[in-house]
Amino acid sequence: MKSGILAAAAAAVVVTAGAGAHAGLLDTVKSRGFVQCGVNAGLPGFGNPDSAGNWTGLDVDFCRAVAVAIFNDPTKIKFTPLSAQQRFPAIQSGEVDVLSRNTTVTLTRDTSVGLNFAPVTYYDGQGFMVNKKLGVKSAKELNGATVCVQSGTTTELNLADYFRSNNMEYKPVVIESEAEVNAAYFAGRCDVRTADVSDLAATRGSVASGAEDHVILPEVISKEPLAPAVRHGDDQWFDIVKWSINVTIQAEEFGITSKNVDEFVNSKNPDILRFLGTTPGMGKALGVDEKYAYNIIKKVGNYGEIFDRNVGPATPLKLERGLNALWTKGGLQYTAPFR
Amino acid sequence: MATETRTARGASVPGGSSFSLSDPTVRAVVYQILVVGAVVLVGWFLISNTLDNLARRSIATGYSFLEREAAFGIGEHLIDYSPKDTYGRAFLVGVLNTLKVSIIGIILATIIGTLVGVARLSSNWLIARLASAYVEIVRNIPPLLQLFFWYALVSDGLPPVRSALNPLPGVFLSQRGLIVPAPSADPVWKMMGIAALVAVVLTIAIRFWAKARQAKTGQIFPVGWTALGLILGLPLVAYIAGGAPVALDMPVLKGFNFAGGMVISPEFFAILTGLTVYTSAFIAEVVRSGIIAVNWGQTEAARALGLPSGPTLRLVILPQALRVIVPPLTSQYLNLTKNSSLALAIGYPDLVSIANTTLNQTGQAIEGVTMIMGTYLSISLSISLFMNWYNKRIALVER
Repeated sequence: MKSGILAAAAAAVVVTAGAGAHAGLLDTVKSRGFVQCGVNAGLPGFGNPDSAGNWTGLDVDFCRAVAVAIFNDPTKIKFTPLSAQQRFPAIQSGEVDVLSRNTTVTLTRDTSVGLNFAPVTYYDGQGFMVNKKLGVKSAKELNGATVCVQSGTTTELNLADYFRSNNMEYKPVVIESEAEVNAAYFAGRCDVRTADVSDLAATRGSVASGAEDHVILPEVISKEPLAPAVRHGDDQWFDIVKWSINVTIQAEEFGITSKNVDEFVNSKNPDILRFLGTTPGMGKALGVDEKYAYNIIKKVGNYGEIFDRNVGPATPLKLERGLNALWTKGGLQYTAPFR
Repeated sequence: MATETRTARGASVPGGSSFSLSDPTVRAVVYQILVVGAVVLVGWFLISNTLDNLARRSIATGYSFLEREAAFGIGEHLIDYSPKDTYGRAFLVGVLNTLKVSIIGIILATIIGTLVGVARLSSNWLIARLASAYVEIVRNIPPLLQLFFWYALVSDGLPPVRSALNPLPGVFLSQRGLIVPAPSADPVWKMMGIAALVAVVLTIAIRFWAKARQAKTGQIFPVGWTALGLILGLPLVAYIAGGAPVALDMPVLKGFNFAGGMVISPEFFAILTGLTVYTSAFIAEVVRSGIIAVNWGQTEAARALGLPSGPTLRLVILPQALRVIVPPLTSQYLNLTKNSSLALAIGYPDLVSIANTTLNQTGQAIEGVTMIMGTYLSISLSISLFMNWYNKRIALVER
């Protein structure tokens, strides 16, 4: 909490100090030598440091893609763990260059919070998790329940809207830190834990024992398109972040992976040649290396690889592709063409 | 700005013609104006620059968001609140929750602190050592950890809601907190409130009258007993006149939770206990130092005059001890109030918690933070003002 306030206060100061700095963020980042990326402080599968301090996760990998596009090095990056409260002041003030922290795209955030959102990296929705012992089969049966929810998220609003529109009562227990709110739920302080379904899966997968005692109810009560964000006012930087993410989606569509990317460098398909930079033009337009797409695929992987590695069926989260399958396979992941 | 300063400087010169920087009075005034001017200039620069940059990044500014619908729920509220209400009302709910925990906390911490402080001076070895241990352990552990401790004690230590402890009929103790029967809604409660208020006003009036009479005639009027009788008696009369309703709103397990009754939530319990215990240790030390500061000779002198031990304490020892106690006690009250912002960590919806949610939903961090700062400043200054007034009243009158 304290740090949330500090971050906000710091935002005020830094916004002030940053007056008149007109140099593009790309130049600033290049001369600094690394990308500053705001991530979740501890959400397995999305942004989570391991015991050695290495960051892993879906959100983390998309930040690495940006670092590779600029420096051709996924380690030229500094991760700043941010709470839900700290994230907007951090991006507004310039403490981070990219906010990649399972953040839902909304109109308010796109406008009055002052953000620009890159393509959606994970299509999510809000759900409810309950203990099996309660015998609840549907969210419609939750009238009167006590609900554990993290503060400063769209979740809080969706929760209120859902209960209001279904004429149900609830009692919120709002706690700032993800770890504390989960602890309160598992201790039995609340009947229900609500969050994005991916978050619930991660929470359930992270408990030491008894994961099978908890069920995620079938209702998904909201659309939660999670996307990285940059702040208003630097179009070139926005473009770089946007098209670094698009690279991973396009690569999967072409069937290019980190393992076989070298085979495609001299492909017969002119689309792929342009995409990988064998035919120059795309990199220059963005202001980065012509082979940036090749580098991202080689060092970070395509969207499918990133998904499977962090949240896929082989991980503790056990999430299916679902909405996050490519558009060619019935999902929503789609990118504008590279030309 | 610079022109303004020059005009102001010119205007400040008394007489105008005898302007000289070698005159210490003139110099002092000029320097003060320059310093104030510089401070205003820097403040103006910071504010306008911030606004300018916010506008350039098209981040919304201003407080108009307070009139928009909040659309989030709050766990406990002293006034009616639903997600349909505005951000402004949500903030008010937070302020009241902060005041609630602060006021109850201050009262309890003062009582416990005084008892422990006196106990530490006790001639009984065991009591004195126990009090010392309490003070040393409690004041040397950070308050946030203590909050987590009290919160875990409830949420991990008590049984789940469906197997709640039921020590008395209608009283349930579980992870959802302490639920007790509440008197059913009845107009009589409002009447009793008014009666109590009338009693307080009457007491104050009687006190003035008694003082004036004592000054004139020397007769002592038993104000204390009269006050007690009025404050207990008037509401009781109102209660009986209102038909003496005895209906209780009994809590029943319905669905997920208990319905009806009054609830002391685990969050409120944890924040109140944490703050009370932590601050009481400091107050104990303040009280102890105050009592030690009064010379033993004062007690002996009072006894030599034939004063009984009650008036000795009330009229001789306490007035002198309070002079030492009150200023540091004010600091402790302020600390307790400000520490209540730790509530966010355990989910008690205090003003910081709600302002944080608000500034997250609206993205208006600067406005949210200024509101938090402004509110704490107002609460703290009010406590300071009251305590300073009290301090002045009891201060040693020097002639």
